Amino acid sequence: MAVYNKIESRKAPSNSIGFFHWIRENLFSSPLNSALTILGIAILVLIIPPFIKWAIVDANFKGTTRAACTGDGACWVFVKMKLDMFLYGFYPEAEKWRVNLTYGLFFVVIASFRYLKGSMLKLSIAALYFIVAFFLIHGGFFGLTNIPTNKWGGLMLTIVISAVGIVCSFPIGIIFAFGRTSELPIIKSISVTYIEFIRGVPLITILFMSAVILPLFFPEGVNFNKLLRALIGITLFEAAYIAEIIRGGMQAIPKGQYEAADAIGLSYWQKMLLVILPQALKVAIPNLVGTFIALFQDTTLVLIIGLFDLLAMVQLTTSDSHWIGYETEGYVFVTIIFWVFCYAMSIYSKTLEKRFNTNLK
Amino acid sequence: MLAFLRDRKVRGYIFQFLSIVIVVAFLWYIGVNTAHNIQQRGIRTGFGFLSGTAGFAINDTPISYNEGDTYARVFLIGILNTLIVSFVSIVLATILGLIIGVLRLSKNWLVKKLAAAYVDIFRNIPILLQILFWYNVVLRSLPDPRGSIDFFGKIFINNRGFYIPRAAYNSTTFSVIISFFLVIVFLVFLNKWAKKRQELTGQEFPVLLTGIALFIVVPIIAFFIGGANFDFSYPHLNGFNFTGGKVFYPEFLALAFAITVYTATFIAEAVRSGIEAVDKGQKEAAASIGLTGYQSLKLVVLPQAVRIAIPPTINQYLNIVKNSSLATAIGYPGLVTIFAGTTLNQVGQAIEIISMTMAVFLTISLTISLVLNWLNHKMKIKER
Amino acid sequence: MEQQEDVIEIRNLNKWYGEFQVLKDINLNVKKGEIIVVAGPSGSGKSTLVRCINYLEQFQEGTITVNDVELSDDVKKIKAIREDVAMVFQSFNLFPHLTILDNLTLAPIWVKKTPKKEAIETAMNYLERVGIADQAKKYPNQLSGGQQQRVAIARSLCKNPSIMLFDEPTSALDPEMISEVLDVMIELAHEHRTMVCVTHEMGFAKKVADRVIFMESGQIIEENDPETFFNHPESERLKLFLSQILSH
Repeated sequence: MAVYNKIESRKAPSNSIGFFHWIRENLFSSPLNSALTILGIAILVLIIPPFIKWAIVDANFKGTTRAACTGDGACWVFVKMKLDMFLYGFYPEAEKWRVNLTYGLFFVVIASFRYLKGSMLKLSIAALYFIVAFFLIHGGFFGLTNIPTNKWGGLMLTIVISAVGIVCSFPIGIIFAFGRTSELPIIKSISVTYIEFIRGVPLITILFMSAVILPLFFPEGVNFNKLLRALIGITLFEAAYIAEIIRGGMQAIPKGQYEAADAIGLSYWQKMLLVILPQALKVAIPNLVGTFIALFQDTTLVLIIGLFDLLAMVQLTTSDSHWIGYETEGYVFVTIIFWVFCYAMSIYSKTLEKRFNTNLK
Repeated sequence: MLAFLRDRKVRGYIFQFLSIVIVVAFLWYIGVNTAHNIQQRGIRTGFGFLSGTAGFAINDTPISYNEGDTYARVFLIGILNTLIVSFVSIVLATILGLIIGVLRLSKNWLVKKLAAAYVDIFRNIPILLQILFWYNVVLRSLPDPRGSIDFFGKIFINNRGFYIPRAAYNSTTFSVIISFFLVIVFLVFLNKWAKKRQELTGQEFPVLLTGIALFIVVPIIAFFIGGANFDFSYPHLNGFNFTGGKVFYPEFLALAFAITVYTATFIAEAVRSGIEAVDKGQKEAAASIGLTGYQSLKLVVLPQAVRIAIPPTINQYLNIVKNSSLATAIGYPGLVTIFAGTTLNQVGQAIEIISMTMAVFLTISLTISLVLNWLNHKMKIKER
Repeated sequence: MEQQEDVIEIRNLNKWYGEFQVLKDINLNVKKGEIIVVAGPSGSGKSTLVRCINYLEQFQEGTITVNDVELSDDVKKIKAIREDVAMVFQSFNLFPHLTILDNLTLAPIWVKKTPKKEAIETAMNYLERVGIADQAKKYPNQLSGGQQQRVAIARSLCKNPSIMLFDEPTSALDPEMISEVLDVMIELAHEHRTMVCVTHEMGFAKKVADRVIFMESGQIIEENDPETFFNHPESERLKLFLSQILSH
């Protein structure tokens, strides 16, 4: 029975908005919170300034010899002089352009994916890239000198192992995922046995197995170089984990999809490859990227079987009699490289997740 | 005939038969080559080597060991050391992960960001690198034994280890240890009794507070009953080194700390996703029916959060056990280090040794999986 | 009425899920061009029966003959039957990762080896028939439930089947979308395709069905032409069922 005039919005009271309000609410809202905030600030003060002092303020960047490292700070001169070892291993100086070219081509290929349509085309280009990359790095053809695998090392070797690992373990993982979800009991048992066996043992035992026992499996003449043995071990290991992730993706697909594919007459392989697998992969992408990150970290284990990846370079470079005692700088440097790579990949995974979530909605 | 081959079931059988044939043929091929190669290189076969003399020293042994002991004993010590460092890491990582996980959801902006930073930093550094960092950088930069950091002259920290007084295996020690177990058993029954009592009379019994009190009081009483004397052996400087007391070697410490810090990140995420998965409406409903904050946590939120957080956490325990094998990189005498490492180098029987090692890990994995399945089954939310 | 041949012959069909018997002694003949509606309470086995016809479900006893081909595990026979028998599902089951157009051309290209251009032409044809031609490039999740089900019908029409099976096609739709799907189905019914529909839509049954079958607890209780079925039900159970579904 009453009629009211329209009321215009007013500004909020000044003590419920603004910077000081935020500080009060988020940092000092209660005695406990205030204590925690002070504790947090204390931790930051204890860690960050000393680290910056060591790493930047007192550090030595200029110079070429040990003598240049005078202060208490980090001796980045050491890292600078040994940078080639960290990045390229024992790759000969004159041929380093080949590795750089491979890196460059990688970015070209990735950029081109944005403009190309069609998964078959992308797959073919990716396959072509790997073949070209192999020829470039290994050499022995087209006038490029052969650089044997024992000269590969450092970051370059880490990337090679990761890339080959992910590319080779992926199809094997898919096969075992299909096998584990198959209705044929023998196929299912073989797949389950393989997957559960691999997932139950540490990677280092698989690497030991492939380093020491694998050569025994084949007749005298067949030779596996060290890198190949490590690659086989890592591939077989990661394949089991990828199989489980893809199987998880497959389980997220409603049974109706399988039925519809059957009803329109697709064969088993047509059904799996055209209908089921594409959907399973979409669901599984965040976990797949997570596995790739784990694989990248797992490559460090090859140092235990005598391959000189990026991490191994720390001990190798500090065993040079001129540079003894600078392991800390080496470890910090390598930590930063690994952290940047892994963190970047995890950010990428989060954006992928967001993109696919909106797609499927 | 052709119709027979088009039968779906027949095709299934043929495909499986072929698979078995291929697998068996491959295994046979490997077997033949291996037998031949083993013979060629003069490697012995069988498990007789286990009774051979080890001939090397191990610095960290939970049970007695000297160089004259057998490889079988080495195997046993390897398993024990692996289990010990895994157990310690599991306990520490769970506590740390729980704290960080809860802090990540704190209303305090600074605390939330710090916890997130912790996870983002340590999750993205390879575990092996963290182990080597702790061992080669952190622990090595501790002072020499002569310049040890010391606490009250009883506890010493230096680059050779962490030294604390060791209680003797006497009546006092045993009675205190037994008292802990007794308190746990008593609390289990007390909890059951308290629940029954609450059902009948509606009155609550403060089990948690009682438990905390008992854990403090009972061992103290047991201490006095047992003779009031731990008969500590104290570490003391003897020349260049410490003797006496109990020592935690840098290898053990580096491994345990690194694995704890690394794995805590994953457990923190599991805890966080468990708590976040509980619908906000649950807390609101609990508040609206009058439960206090603590009650709502205990009766409504945590039971649901735990259901979600437990499987990935137990998976991380599995990873801790597997990651403990990286002990071999810094010389901690775990199973891989002294058995698949030193023993393998000396004896050469790779197949037997690596198989035994894998079998141990498989057994541990299967046990943990079974525990997980049992837990999942018990906690399953019943559906229609 | 001219003598029509039986395109579907079901003889003494019995099926068990473990210990539970879900189909009991089903005997049913469907003539070419006949429209059959199968009704009954949930759990009566009507969906299971229909899914046996294109061998999505297998059975332990009895025979099913479709277009003179007896159902068995013979891969070639199964393929032949599925080329001529189409199925529309309750939950549409469109492939979410493919566009509408790709959903329709998938089977013709990969199973019938039709050239792509031809497949697209046929597909667009049927999309127009069901009224969705303008959505061809969209993805299933961008369409409403009614639109998705019409696409599903178009997908099943692409191989020009002579027999169409419908498993509760409108049960998952919001009420306002049911009529658009039923309209399409009624049009199809006028084209002399053999149709077997499991549905609760009694209006549809009254309009186009040649026979209505009532199933309960795994067996056929009563079958009749629609007039008799709805207005003069004979069995007590059918009377009870009709009173329950027609009371509102």
